[in-house]
Amino acid sequence: MSLMHEMGERALRLGVPFSVHLDLTYRCNEQCVHCYLDHDDHGEMTTAEIKHLLKEMADSGVFILTLSGGEIFLRKDFFEILEYARDLTFCIKLKTNAVLIREAQAARLRDLGVQSIQVSIYSHRPEVHDAITKVPGSLKRSLKAIRFLKSQGLRVVMANVLMTENMHDYRGTQALANEIGAEYTMDPTVTPMMDGGRTVLELNVGESDLRNVFRDENLIGNVDEFCAPPRAANEDDLNSLPCSAGHTSCYVSPYGEFYPCVQFPLSCGNVREQRFIDIWRHSERLKEVRSIRLRDLSSCSKCAHGGSCTRCPGLAFMEGNMRGPSTQDCEKSFARTGIPSLNLLSKKQEQDKDKDKDQDSPPRLVQIQLVPAITGRRLAEMGGGAVSAIAS
Amino acid sequence: MKKKLYVARSPRIAARKLGEETLVMSAQGSTLFTLNPTATVLWQAADGITALDAIVERHICSEFEVEAEQAIRDAEALAEDLARHGILLISEKPISSTRNLTVQEQYR
Ligand code: SF4
Ligand code: SF4
Repeated sequence: MSLMHEMGERALRLGVPFSVHLDLTYRCNEQCVHCYLDHDDHGEMTTAEIKHLLKEMADSGVFILTLSGGEIFLRKDFFEILEYARDLTFCIKLKTNAVLIREAQAARLRDLGVQSIQVSIYSHRPEVHDAITKVPGSLKRSLKAIRFLKSQGLRVVMANVLMTENMHDYRGTQALANEIGAEYTMDPTVTPMMDGGRTVLELNVGESDLRNVFRDENLIGNVDEFCAPPRAANEDDLNSLPCSAGHTSCYVSPYGEFYPCVQFPLSCGNVREQRFIDIWRHSERLKEVRSIRLRDLSSCSKCAHGGSCTRCPGLAFMEGNMRGPSTQDCEKSFARTGIPSLNLLSKKQEQDKDKDKDQDSPPRLVQIQLVPAITGRRLAEMGGGAVSAIAS
Repeated sequence: MKKKLYVARSPRIAARKLGEETLVMSAQGSTLFTLNPTATVLWQAADGITALDAIVERHICSEFEVEAEQAIRDAEALAEDLARHGILLISEKPISSTRNLTVQEQYR
């Protein structure tokens, strides 16, 4: 067991929030097609509020602090916040698109002893990366920034979210990371919008592509191990915790909302109204999250993948039930092993039924319902003419 | 007469007290250490201004019931060990604000 793992275990025993992800802003200078955030500013915490929160976090025992967004460098007070956080001796990890990092910023990050900087890179090809960020020239600027960071001896991780738009570029992106001397991580999960919107999920790579990715040993390492046959949960698994969310880690939004994890938007309180440590210790919702063991999950505890699945409780929550399966993880388990979970089978049956229904129905004016992305606001913007054009 | 030693926490590390021990990570996470309760006391008192022998007398002898001369020798060895790992700075003169020094350096 590594020392870090051992410390995580100790934090769990002591009830300490060891690691916090704090988003400083949801504003962004890129407009990525798969992003789960609303980029408007709905009242971000001020510099003073953030400093107050950081002090509370340090006093509560938080060691690892991930500062992310939105784009953190859009905050004019970013370095003031970072400097204060380092004075409180947090171990700092940053997540950024790096577009605003030049030589001077890279040097300052080095001087402030930042532990690592994760930069989102979607492809080695500008036409693919820039089409995802919707900012021409963004790949060039991000790569230039990574080179500045590397020249300062900083640890850089290139993070690649895999989706339909860049599906065939992950090898090239990995090679680019190797060439620059950055680490590389790839995540094949496009997550739902923070407000529950699920249309972005259409960008998730398809089943057969995912299967191929999971069999690429340059990416996965030991494919036989990674794609080993599923394992049902044993007694130890049944008593295990689903993940660290709410146990040793949590998330705070730019508006002070406290969630178990950035991917688990269950509001447990707001740090503008309550002390950080009081939410951590006394939130009823957090206590409920903490009480859940694998044996409490009616589907997953009996699933053939129960002991080997990477189920995310946050994704399950966003699907409607934090004790339910996460279909995106069912899909991953299937891509790894070729064996569908019962949940996946029933989801597919539902989809097939829906398809049959659509084919049987005669053409109707209510066809407008098939365009769920068109909200009331957008309909109003389009005006009556456009609406009738869709309906006819 | 033996020269006084001053110790200060390095500004490039991350640290947090976890239970009785202190978790310390060197710059860029290359090494992770835990400091035992005695080292934690020394670490917390290392403000760059208080001399090491004064720290030992004030914080270590009283808390751990050890004899001063031996405790100072042990503390010097510990401080040198921590300095070798870049966790502590040692000087024969008081060390002023390490954070401001590093931040100002970049504007030179
Ligand atoms: S599994 Fe999901 S909820 Fe848990 S820490 Fe990971 S992303 Fe967050
Ligand atoms: S494959 Fe699906 S149902 Fe099975 S354990 Fe994983 S999330 Fe649960």
